[in-house]
Amino acid sequence: MTAVTTNPAAETLEGSSARRARITGGILIALALLVVFVLDVGAGSVATFKLTTARDAVQVGDLVVPGQFNYIAAAIIAFLGARQFLRGGGKWTSLSIGLGLALAVMAFLVWATADKSFNLTGMLQATMVRAIPIALGGLAGVLSERVAVVNIAIEGMLLAGAFTGALLGSVLGSWLGIVGAVAIGGLFGLMLAALVVTYRMDQIIAGVVINLLVLGLTSYVTSQVLAKPEFRHLNNAEVFRSWKIPLLGDIPVIGPMLFNQNIFVYGALILVAVATYYLFHTKGGLRARAVGEHPRAADTLGVDVYRTRYLHVTLAGMVAGFGGAWFTLGSVGRFDENMTNGRGFIGLAAMIFGRWHPVGALMAALIFGFADSLQQKLALLNTPIPSEFLAMAPYLATIVVVAGLIGKARPPAADGQPYVKE
Amino acid sequence: MDVELRGLTKRFGPVVANDNVNLMIRGGEVLGLLGENGAGKSTMMNMLSGLYTPDAGEILIDGKPVRFEGPGDGIAAGIGMVHQHFMLVPVFTVAENVVLGVEPTGRLGYLDLKKARAQVEAINEKYGLHVPADALIENLPVGIQQRVEILKVLFREADVLILDEPTAVLTPQEVEEFFGIVKGLKEAGKAIVFITHKLHEILAISDRISVLRQGRITGEGDPATLDEEKLAEMMVGRHVSFTVKKTPAQPGSEMLRLDRVTLLDDGDDRLLDNVTFTVHSGEIVGIAGVQGNGQTELVEVITGLARQNAGKISFAGDDISTLSVRERHRRGMAHIPEDRHRMGMVDKFTIAENMVLNSYYDEAYAAPFGSVNWNRVHETAAAFCVDFDVRTPSVFLAGGALSGGNQQKMVVARELERQTRLVVASQPTRGVDVGSIEYIHERLVRSRDEGDGVLIVSSELDEIMGLSDRILVMFEGRIVAEFDNTGGKADRNQVGLAMAGATGTETVGGTAA
Repeated sequence: MTAVTTNPAAETLEGSSARRARITGGILIALALLVVFVLDVGAGSVATFKLTTARDAVQVGDLVVPGQFNYIAAAIIAFLGARQFLRGGGKWTSLSIGLGLALAVMAFLVWATADKSFNLTGMLQATMVRAIPIALGGLAGVLSERVAVVNIAIEGMLLAGAFTGALLGSVLGSWLGIVGAVAIGGLFGLMLAALVVTYRMDQIIAGVVINLLVLGLTSYVTSQVLAKPEFRHLNNAEVFRSWKIPLLGDIPVIGPMLFNQNIFVYGALILVAVATYYLFHTKGGLRARAVGEHPRAADTLGVDVYRTRYLHVTLAGMVAGFGGAWFTLGSVGRFDENMTNGRGFIGLAAMIFGRWHPVGALMAALIFGFADSLQQKLALLNTPIPSEFLAMAPYLATIVVVAGLIGKARPPAADGQPYVKE
Repeated sequence: MDVELRGLTKRFGPVVANDNVNLMIRGGEVLGLLGENGAGKSTMMNMLSGLYTPDAGEILIDGKPVRFEGPGDGIAAGIGMVHQHFMLVPVFTVAENVVLGVEPTGRLGYLDLKKARAQVEAINEKYGLHVPADALIENLPVGIQQRVEILKVLFREADVLILDEPTAVLTPQEVEEFFGIVKGLKEAGKAIVFITHKLHEILAISDRISVLRQGRITGEGDPATLDEEKLAEMMVGRHVSFTVKKTPAQPGSEMLRLDRVTLLDDGDDRLLDNVTFTVHSGEIVGIAGVQGNGQTELVEVITGLARQNAGKISFAGDDISTLSVRERHRRGMAHIPEDRHRMGMVDKFTIAENMVLNSYYDEAYAAPFGSVNWNRVHETAAAFCVDFDVRTPSVFLAGGALSGGNQQKMVVARELERQTRLVVASQPTRGVDVGSIEYIHERLVRSRDEGDGVLIVSSELDEIMGLSDRILVMFEGRIVAEFDNTGGKADRNQVGLAMAGATGTETVGGTAA
């Protein structure tokens, strides 16, 4: 008969986190090599980062970084990579790759700016601006996926918001433009809720249908009506200007980024704060999360699952509608066909990256916004890398994030599943 | 509080789930409700909780008729359900789960978790539940999760507690503890309805017993005047024997050997940790354990559905560690999966199609141009149905239309009606009526007597004790104990202790290597 072996000598097994540690180790080493050989600045040159402009009230000296910085960065990245090989795993894996990528980006900036000067504050301000539609899209995603409705339609809701904002903004003024954009976003949210909650349509298909519907409608009206000279005044809204908060706006570097922006930036920051408070510190938020995790349990305790889903998906639509208005009322004042250009999907990636948390989604959106504005500014610096390649950077980052290379995120347990009452 | 059901009737289409049910539930008393799967216990309780509305009859609380329209109405009237499948949000804390739906709040809808925690602690104290208020549900063992369910209904000030198969997920020792809690609740004046199909439990805890069969109350009585045999007869409608008839095992050559098999999950936790054991031809080895201790993964690794991270599996002397599912199957391994709807059958396929899911590609069914010889399939399926007592008017009926017992017999027929050498049966009688249980057990013993090795995994300890020649106990992915059960000599208590993870019980019963 068999003896029972309970505790033989411990042997090492390669599990999935060990494998992930090995892969990130490899990526980090490759990154270090890239920094040393490709981004080699040379010890003699320096990169100058301007922190303030002549017009600013508070003046701060320029940040001058010598070329040796890149060697140090490469050494640290290589160390992190080697550490992953030797005893990686756990939370160090995500932390290491985050730190490594940040250092590589810094090294890249130093390399690109070598012997030139670069307005860092300006780029951070642009980062915030470009992050806003993504953050609002991500927040819309958080609101609907927390009640277990997958919202692919965010792209369409953004586009509808942008269009309505421009049209109503031109006719009735920019403030009513925003109101209209929020309303139309909410309307499409309500439509998605009806399709997936009441009619139990496949959530992905319902979302795609809404996206195509909005794209078709807005493109048709734009090319057939708004493009005609006699209707041009219908697509020419006044743009919201930046409004600088006294004192706070004068803080060097972060002042312009956080406190010298237009209503969309302030609105998004407030919405993220409110959503965080709501989801995690109120009774409504607790019920909403319960509906997303275990709808049957919520139902047996008297929480109306259908009503909760309708409410939150509609709210998500309103948030996305507000984000859509940014494209027209917060930026150029006029609507162009398909001008959201996939930002809604990037918003969904930000939601996953941010682990279904409003603040996480905002942080992820800032990373995407950073990549986006970096590409814009670098075009000015005349780097040898083609700007088309840089334009791909945010999307490459999205693939990396969504593929789960940076740790595993856990969606709400019932995400995507329709709820059928007994 | 007293609750009376008077002439309660509920139909689902042509099926009468409850037929003129009369029942009296009294405060300070435990009412045992006994019935097989599908006898109508759940339907009745769902009417009491407000999930279903009765088609006829009425519910009276303290003599006054009430009408429930929705799931919240039962609890509002003081009737609380503890469901068989827990209704808990795994990523919430105990306190959050308990207050969900009736949250203490401050200004601006602020969720007052501090107050919630204090309220939970107060109930904990009063009934001796000992549940940590701040622990996440997913980190708690099932026994404690069940107490959270009880906390939930007590928090809502329920006076009637309906416990639906509460002991299904507990070890024998946890059942003892659980009975202690039930007695405490009874002494506090609560009315308890204890629903189960386990005879010895209902005799141990109830003050009165009602038996439900095919939607009707078929028997009532005082536990002092009843015994298991009488109850079983009331429950099934005929005389049944719960003891499996079998002769002592004649173990032959080694059929299956697992050698330090380890399986990791995504987070590197060991789902299976150095599992080593053998199954010989001509013996039944039973794997006991509380659900979720690696049994599912063990079966998956043996049958090839999952690939172990380390260790070796041999089948009749050959290393099969890396062989495909089909190859293992071809070599004579039969697999009766734990969840027939998920893995054992296709509900919408006909019985005939279901019967050949593992052999449709055989030469025997080949027809020109790669098509299937359906006539042959239908003949074979009809023969299988006769052989394995699958009661159906035709093999063209959808598999999902059969009763649970007949579905399971269909799966068993498909797996055993061929040359087998090893039978891996996981929860072979879950959700199956007593008659079919008897039959399936008999077939498994017959496989053993024909020289197969048989491995049975079950969370029903009675099933393991009744069938196995040798019992292995799994706890947290490890085999923690082994018992010789020749002639049923293994000690139920010892097995129970091992299931709860108690150490020092290895190789009890004189089978030391």
